[in-house]
This record gives sequence, structure tokens and C-alpha cells, in this order.
Amino acid sequence: MPRNTALSRRHFLRTGAALGCSAAAAPLMTRVTFAAVPGDNRLVVIILRGAMDGLDVVRPVGDPAFAALRGADLAGKKPGPDLDGFFALHPALAELMPMWRTGTLGFAHAVATPYRNKRSHFDGQDILEAGSGHDVPDNQMRDGWLNRLIGALPGTTSETAYAIGLDQLKVISGAAPVRQWSPDARVDLDAQSRRLLERLYEGDPLFHAAGNTAFDLADHVPGDDMSGAGKKRGPTPARLAAYAADRLREETRIAAFSINGWDTHRNQRAVLGDQLEALAATLTTLETGLGPEIWAKTTVLAMTEFGRTVRANGTGGTDHGTGGAMLLAGGTVRGGRVFGDWPGLDESALYEGRDLLPTRDVRAFAAWAMRGLYGIDQGLLEGTVFPGLDMGDNPGVLI
Amino acid sequence: MTIATRAAIRFGTGLSPVLAPPADAGAMIDALAGPDDAQARFPVAGLAEIWPLIAELAAARRARKAVEEGGAARYKQVTSAIKDMQLAGLRARLMRAVRTRDGFRERLTWFWADHFTVRAKNVRFRAGPATYVEEAIRPHVGGRFADMLRAAAIHPVMLTYLDQNNSIGPMSPAGLRRSRGLNENLAREILELHTLGVGARFTQADVTEFAELLTGLTFTVDDGFRFRPRWAEPGAEHVLGKRYGGDRRASADDIFAALDDIARAPATAAHLARKLAVHFVSDDPDPGLVAAMTDAYMAHDGELARVYEAMLAHPAAWENPGAKARQPFEFIAASLRALGTSETRLAALKKGEIKRLILRPLARMGQPYEEPPGPDGWPEAADAWITPPALAERISWAMHVKALHGAPLPAPRAFARAALGPEVSDDLVAAVRMAESKRAGVGIVLASPAFNRR
Repeated sequence: MPRNTALSRRHFLRTGAALGCSAAAAPLMTRVTFAAVPGDNRLVVIILRGAMDGLDVVRPVGDPAFAALRGADLAGKKPGPDLDGFFALHPALAELMPMWRTGTLGFAHAVATPYRNKRSHFDGQDILEAGSGHDVPDNQMRDGWLNRLIGALPGTTSETAYAIGLDQLKVISGAAPVRQWSPDARVDLDAQSRRLLERLYEGDPLFHAAGNTAFDLADHVPGDDMSGAGKKRGPTPARLAAYAADRLREETRIAAFSINGWDTHRNQRAVLGDQLEALAATLTTLETGLGPEIWAKTTVLAMTEFGRTVRANGTGGTDHGTGGAMLLAGGTVRGGRVFGDWPGLDESALYEGRDLLPTRDVRAFAAWAMRGLYGIDQGLLEGTVFPGLDMGDNPGVLI
Repeated sequence: MTIATRAAIRFGTGLSPVLAPPADAGAMIDALAGPDDAQARFPVAGLAEIWPLIAELAAARRARKAVEEGGAARYKQVTSAIKDMQLAGLRARLMRAVRTRDGFRERLTWFWADHFTVRAKNVRFRAGPATYVEEAIRPHVGGRFADMLRAAAIHPVMLTYLDQNNSIGPMSPAGLRRSRGLNENLAREILELHTLGVGARFTQADVTEFAELLTGLTFTVDDGFRFRPRWAEPGAEHVLGKRYGGDRRASADDIFAALDDIARAPATAAHLARKLAVHFVSDDPDPGLVAAMTDAYMAHDGELARVYEAMLAHPAAWENPGAKARQPFEFIAASLRALGTSETRLAALKKGEIKRLILRPLARMGQPYEEPPGPDGWPEAADAWITPPALAERISWAMHVKALHGAPLPAPRAFARAALGPEVSDDLVAAVRMAESKRAGVGIVLASPAFNRR
């Protein structure tokens, strides 16, 4: 049951990325001029690792095929809060309904990166973070699209962009300067030892760069109370969000972190519920931590490597799929709606008979958001930030 | 840098003031072929010791749910016994690395454990990863890859981690009766991560058929691994162009035949050779080195010792020292080894000390203990480990290592030589000489780029 208009991009999405335009052919990166540099808007990118099940998060309850594909075993008995009469929200995200109602939370559905068919988390995440299509060989995907965006912004400083937490974040790594720090990090040494180490590190670029940031941040950025309880895991997503908010209230404009654990092959009801509660806490922490004035200038994009199978698997979960969902939040977002062309869940509409058919490239939504936030030239977005992307029509994700 | 120094740092768990490094590649291969002394001296609990705790955990849960008297206390007791067993596994792993004369075996064990990553999803199998490594990985690190693949693929901890123990053929008697079905997780990761590699030619159809073939692999608390024919998808399955099963009653032998074939595939040889070279030598290894290792794998039917021999015989394996970063657990173990921390001290570590001085620092260095980010294991690239927050933690830990060492610290200059060999750089010696205290001098050695690289 196609809900919207004709599936204009269907051919593209069946076959993955259009292969014509290559990074090499893209125009050289040019800096763009703005009234305010690097602008006052904030962008937070959250990578959801493990393949979040978009169909369970934003449930197409209005699609006649949905109920039969997803039993109560998977989805529970409660449909979750109604979004727009067609989609319902997973009950574990109910806490976010005030955001939905005020128009600061939205979703894009039936989206995917150009990655197809192998359904590998790791390749899927690499492509999501590189922001490339298939035309860039894997081993050349050294930097992330968010880093290339930062490289295109004028007037950036060492404080402009942060990678938060201990995870590797390829999406924001690359040539443009980005700081990585974790809210529970510490630098505990005397001044003389520090000077001696700084000198030793000068001969080793990797240690020099990491050491400089560490020493600098230890001086200027208050971390969490180090005497706190002994966690043998890293900080929770909400703590990462609180730290991001602290930085974004100051000079920082762009922050990224990741939330792991979305690979729900089994017992999805419980596992996904916990994950989504953490995601809800992350977003409310950001909103609260930023305060109304800055939240109004903020865009949050939460993206995952791919969706999951439309049918429940044999073990109360779902396996790796293709089309999925993306979350958009913040005061800049034209929320209260689910973006995208709904392909339907009829057998004939599925991708390879098992997955939600992606009807639009997830990068297009990110690109249009960046165009709106920073006024970046479309050619730069399609050539450099997301090489090979056809942004298509403006979906109007921002106000 | 001498061959012995490099052998200890690049291929072992580091230098020690009391344990001589292996003289050369031949000594490393000979040690690997000999008895596993470290395992005998520092044992790790096996499944036989885990099953009774899992049974008690279930009983305690029922008691707690039924609000029986003492139910909650009983539950607390058993969960704490399980967590203690996990810490005992950590202690053994650390002591082996600190006290072994056969460091290559420890490093190989870590490498293959990471290659066949598992993780405990809940308290039940909290002690499981160490047991799995002990039973499925360690006995095979000097043997045939096919044997390790089989042992890993059917170990209860792996079956649980990648959900195979609940995957049931949809058309099998059990599948039809219980309306349960397939779970593709293990099948996909075996092809993508454990054997052929993601770049190899296989399709979703291969994954699905392989998942159907794997149905029936499960375990019970009473018997351990078990193949249940009633769970197995009936009929033949085609994996990578070859037909398995279908002619007679489903049997684990069909699965083993497929695993053996996949282990023999040239794509598997190339994938494993490259991965070993990346881990031990360089993030971008010499193609000639990888080719020599691939050839050895193919020529000797996956005999891993021959692959290591080919690696160690290649000049590129010994070039460009310091290309890789020591991972956090390795960094901690190498630090204690260089300090000569005593067996008595490590054996006497209290639970609180392990948490404060090892577990929490490991998490902050980016490697929470036995909690890898996914089935692809820990990252390899040096810049994945030497990040600002992680380096900050290495430095802070190094400056406070005395608490874990539990004895007076050595003289810093002598320590620099003990930790890095007689060829330690003048810059480092100069820095150590200017340190204001023994504590700072030792800390600077441990926080130096030279010590954190291999």
C-alpha cells in the first residue's frame, strides 16, 4: 500500500548508489562564506551501531501487511503512541512524545545508505560513516562525512568539533581538526612529568596529537567527579549527551558519539526496549542540557547502518535487513512528521523478498539538514561531503 | 634492536627483568610446539565448573520469584560466585602474560580469541568467555585452523553469543510444532568474519542456506554441546556451490564437512594471513609477507604453526618496529612484566583492587574487559587506541602503577632498559633522568611512545 506518491527513486534504491560520479571527479573543496562563522547552529550526530530495527521503532501500523509480519512476540501487545494515524512509536520512546507534539522530533523512514546485499554491520557502518557510495573503494574511505563538513566550514577552531566517548568514530575522523574526549577521562600527573612527556611525544605525531588534546582538556574542561562509583564500562549514552551539551553551550558547534547494542537477533522486545529508553534519555538530556535557547538552534541526527528483516526471525528477533529509519530532533527540525516515501510491506514491495525497500538515500536527509544549517553549497555536499549523492528534492526537514 | 628484544615486544607480552626473551623465531615455534606451561600453572575454570553455577542461578531465580525465605540472598550469592569466577579468569590471563616464557602463545591466544570474539550477554555466562578461550581457542593456536573453527563454532558460549542455540529449522519437526525458526547470526559471522572474509564471493543465499545447515547445534546444561536432529532443517543445503546433507538423517557431520571445506578455501587462507600480519606486524602489511603466509596455509592444510613460521621467516615481519600500538590489556600486562611484579602479589589482588586498578582503567583506555564492541572484536589501528581520553588514562595509570605492583619500584633508568631493551633511546633516558621521583620516572617509561608501541 504505497502511502505517498510514486516511488520515483525506486530504481536507484534497488540497485544501490548511482555509480557515475566519483570522488575524484568532485570539485576541489571550497570554503563557503557565512555571515557568522562557523555559525550559531549546533549539529549532533549519533551513530546507532548494530542496525536499529526501524520497523519496530516507527511502526507502520496502518500498513495492512504489518501486523502479520510482526507478531506480539516481537512488538508486544501495546502498539505504542500514535504518531500520525499511520505510524506508531515504540512504547519505550513514549517519553519523547512531547517533542513530537511540539514539532522538535521527526523521523525519516524507508531510508538506507547505498550499501546493499552483504548486510555486514562493519561494512555497513563504514559506508554510513564515510558517507560514500560504492564508487569509493573501501580502503580509501579514510575520513568521515562529518569531518569533511567541518573541513568545509570557515572559522573553525580546535573547539568547533568533538568526538565524545571512547569508541572509534570514523564519521567525524579525518583531516579537519576534531577533539575527542570522554566525560570520565582523567589526566593525573605532576607538572614536571607532563613537560617531560610533552617533549617525548614531539617525536611521535600520533602521541603528540593525542597528548596535546589530553593535556589541554585536562586543564580547561571539567570532567566528571573521578571519585565516583567504579564503572567497568564506559560512560552511558546519557552521560555522553550531557557532556556534549556542556561543550555545545560553549564554542563547540558539532558533536558526535555512538550508541552500541542495536543488533536484536533475539529477545528483541526486551533488548530494543532498553536501547530505546537509553536513546530517549540521551535526547532529553541533550534538550535539558542545552536549554531552550540553544536547543532551538540544534539539529540531532541519529543514524544506523541498515534496517532489519520485515519478518520476525525464529528467535523472537530480526536479522540484518536493508531499509530502516533515521531520527531527527532539535528546535531546527520540522518535526511531528515521518518523512519519506512509504514503499509498503506487500510481498512484492519488499527488497529481495525480506527487507523494507529503501526509497531514499539516508544521506539526502543529512545533506539537506546541513544545507539548511550551514548554507553549504549543494555541489559541495554532493561532490565532497557525500560523494556521488543525488540530493533530490528538498524534503524540508528543517524549519 | 636485537631479534630477541623484538621477538618479546612484537610477538610476545614484552620484556621482563627476570625472564629471558626467546632467542629467535625457531625458539618461538619450538616453545609453541611444546607443553603449555602457563596454562598448567595458572588454570582457568572450564564449562564443568560453570554448569553447576548456571543451574544454581536458575534455582535461585525461582526461589527469589516465589519469595522463598533466603531466595534473594541465594541469588546474590550465586551471581557473586559467577562474577568471582570471571575475575579469577582475568587474574589467570594476566599472570600468564606476566610470568610466561612463551609469550607468543599468549599473544596468539588473544589474537584468535579476538578473531572468534564472544561476549557474555548476561550474568549466566559471565565467566564464559575465559572458559571458551581455554577450551575452544587455546588448545588449537598451534594446530589446524579447521579444528579451531569447529571447536569455536560449537562451543556453548559461541552458540549463545551468536544466537545459534535457538535457531531452529522452520520445516523441522521442532520448528513446525513450536512455530520457531531460523536465526542467521552465526552463519553470517562465520562466513564474513571467521573464515572467507566480507570481501569474498558469497551471497545472502549462501548465508541463509548455511544458517539452515547449522540448525540443530545447541547445548544443554547437563551434556554441554549437543546436536538435535529434530531442530535441523530437512533436506540438503547448498553453501558456496556445494551440497550438504539431505540423503540421510540430519547429523552434525554435515555441518562439520561444510566447516572443513570453508576452512580450506583460498579466500579463508588469504583472509587469515592478512589478519595475522595486520595484528602482529603492521596495519598495512607487506603484500609479500601476506602472500608467503597464505601460501603456507594452503600448502599445509591450514596448519597454523607453518603459517607463523612463514611470517617469522619473512624479513618484513621484523622491520619497522613500533608500527602497532599495544592494546590496553597488553599494555597493562607488559607493564607488570617489565616491573617484574611477583606472582604472590598478583595472586593476592583483592576484588576491589582489580576493579579499581585494572577493570576501570581498561574501560577508560577503551577496552572494557571481555566486552568487545561487536563480533568483529577490537580495532587494530594504532589511532583507534591512542586517542586523547585513552592516552590520558594510560598516562594516569602509569603514574600510579605502584599500587598494582605492590612493591618498591625499580630505579627508573634500569627500568627503562628492562622495559625496552638495551637499545632504549637517549631521549627517553634523558627524560627519565629529569623525573622528580622514582614514581614519575617509571611512569614516564610506561607512558612513553616506545613502550606503548610494538
